[in-house]
Amino acid sequence: MVINTQNLTFTFGNQTVVKSLSLQVPEGSIYGFLGPNGAGKTTTIKLLLNLLKTQEGSISIFDLDLQNNRIKILSQIGSLIEQPAIYLHLTGRENLMNRALLLQIPETRVDEMLRLVHLQDAAHKKAGQYSLGMKQRLGIALALLSDPKLLILDEPTNGLDPNGIIEIRELLMKLTGEYKKTVFISSHLLAEIQKMATHVGIINHGELMFQGSIQELEALSKPSVQIETDQAVEAANFLKKNNVNVSEVSDHHVFVPYTSKESMGEINAMLNQNGYMVYSINKQQQDLEKLFLAITQNA
Amino acid sequence: MKGFILSFRSEFYKTRKTMGFWSAVLLPLLLCLFVFIGFFYKSDGLINNSSMELWLKFAAPILGVMGLLLMPMLIIFIAYSVNSLEHKADTWKTIFSLPISKLSVYAAKYFYAFFLVFFCLALFVLFTIGFGNLLGVIKPSLKFSEYSIASILAQIYFKFFLASLGILSIQFLLSLLFSDFIKPMGIGFVCVIVGGILAGNSWQYAYLFPYSHPMMAMKALGPAKNGGNHPSAMPHFTVDLLTKDTWVSLVIAVVVFIAGYFIVLRKSVK
Repeated sequence: MVINTQNLTFTFGNQTVVKSLSLQVPEGSIYGFLGPNGAGKTTTIKLLLNLLKTQEGSISIFDLDLQNNRIKILSQIGSLIEQPAIYLHLTGRENLMNRALLLQIPETRVDEMLRLVHLQDAAHKKAGQYSLGMKQRLGIALALLSDPKLLILDEPTNGLDPNGIIEIRELLMKLTGEYKKTVFISSHLLAEIQKMATHVGIINHGELMFQGSIQELEALSKPSVQIETDQAVEAANFLKKNNVNVSEVSDHHVFVPYTSKESMGEINAMLNQNGYMVYSINKQQQDLEKLFLAITQNA
Repeated sequence: MKGFILSFRSEFYKTRKTMGFWSAVLLPLLLCLFVFIGFFYKSDGLINNSSMELWLKFAAPILGVMGLLLMPMLIIFIAYSVNSLEHKADTWKTIFSLPISKLSVYAAKYFYAFFLVFFCLALFVLFTIGFGNLLGVIKPSLKFSEYSIASILAQIYFKFFLASLGILSIQFLLSLLFSDFIKPMGIGFVCVIVGGILAGNSWQYAYLFPYSHPMMAMKALGPAKNGGNHPSAMPHFTVDLLTKDTWVSLVIAVVVFIAGYFIVLRKSVK
């Protein structure tokens, strides 16, 4: 495990922000750390980076205890926390040069990073004049500068346009796929993470509600049959009378829990034979977003 | 130690385009330049002065304006400037998550603020001597070349530096804790005024109040004594470098440095 926390608990005043959190982040994974705003994601990340002192529980990263190996561990982590921390009076390149100076990284790597995040044309422009997306990309370049084994990114796609989001996603997938890096990425949007994450942890009110691979998460969602028909409400009542379980009815659709292909065919035949026009009928995986909401709202 | 040096260099890299850094350069340059221009246009009235009198008349207004008025303000501004850089960019979390010990990062910042004040005062010595000699060259009637003020001037400004450490460390801590300009500036300003009044009235315990120290340092410039058997028979000056107010200043700097480190550790990062 690259990150392994045991019963991590953190209290601000009398408010417990992180409750007995046990995270397991395997090597080479993109671990999506999900939760609504205020769930304790940023606090957890600050604990992982030793920006906040661990009060209860333990954190080990690269199988080393964080308290006793702070510098060794931090030298292999690149991070981006909330909005990128950038000196606005310096140019994009100078921001990277300053970090390179601190970490004793050759200048060639700075230019390499600028190209990677497509900022080479704006390299000599003051970071204060950057758009939000450019700042975010510079933040990612700063995180990647030292070629770290583990990237910890807190909401890195905030403020990016759809193209920017896709670019970041492809970059992160490349980093884990080709370079065997591990990425720990937090977000309050499942849809954004779903396409790249291999593992997911869902946190709410400081508690871990779910942790596992993305397949395990998908397995939790039950498929349903979506029937498009001319008289949705009447069709739903008809099905109920015939002992078919109806889960949801909207203006044009009826939803029935999926059991088998055969039962789907039978429902179709039944509706047709009784004068209901079926425009379409198909099996549908439950939206992970709904599942996410269900998990976080049950708390 | 490596972490400290790297952080210190980074402080320079970050601040070299800020007002905090340039104020330390421009203040001595402009102040010395103005006095230079004044002397240049009033040189006729100064021809009869001895070399030493010339130097004293040249250095005194610079010292006076600087020591009594501008230096406390400059210290407050420099302390604010090196810290506000991180507050504004929201970079505390970044510099404290670097693979460098927190002590190195903190100490580098602290000593960089000291360095800026030292640098500024060193420039005062340099520019005072430089412009004085320049006057002597372009107005040969002014006999600047016959006396060297370098040593005494260096001592006075070094005394100023020592006297400024107490204020600087307190202001540094205030600027570290408060992200806005108003609080450290307001507190500093009030303290400077109080310190000025205390030292100005020669209150016997003024040496315990660091904001009185720059003015007290001015008073440390001993009275002119007759040189006696001195070859040139010229009066010479003494600067008592380590007076009790200087010790108080140094002790405060050390104590605040240590206290500040523990505050930084405990505070963690918001």
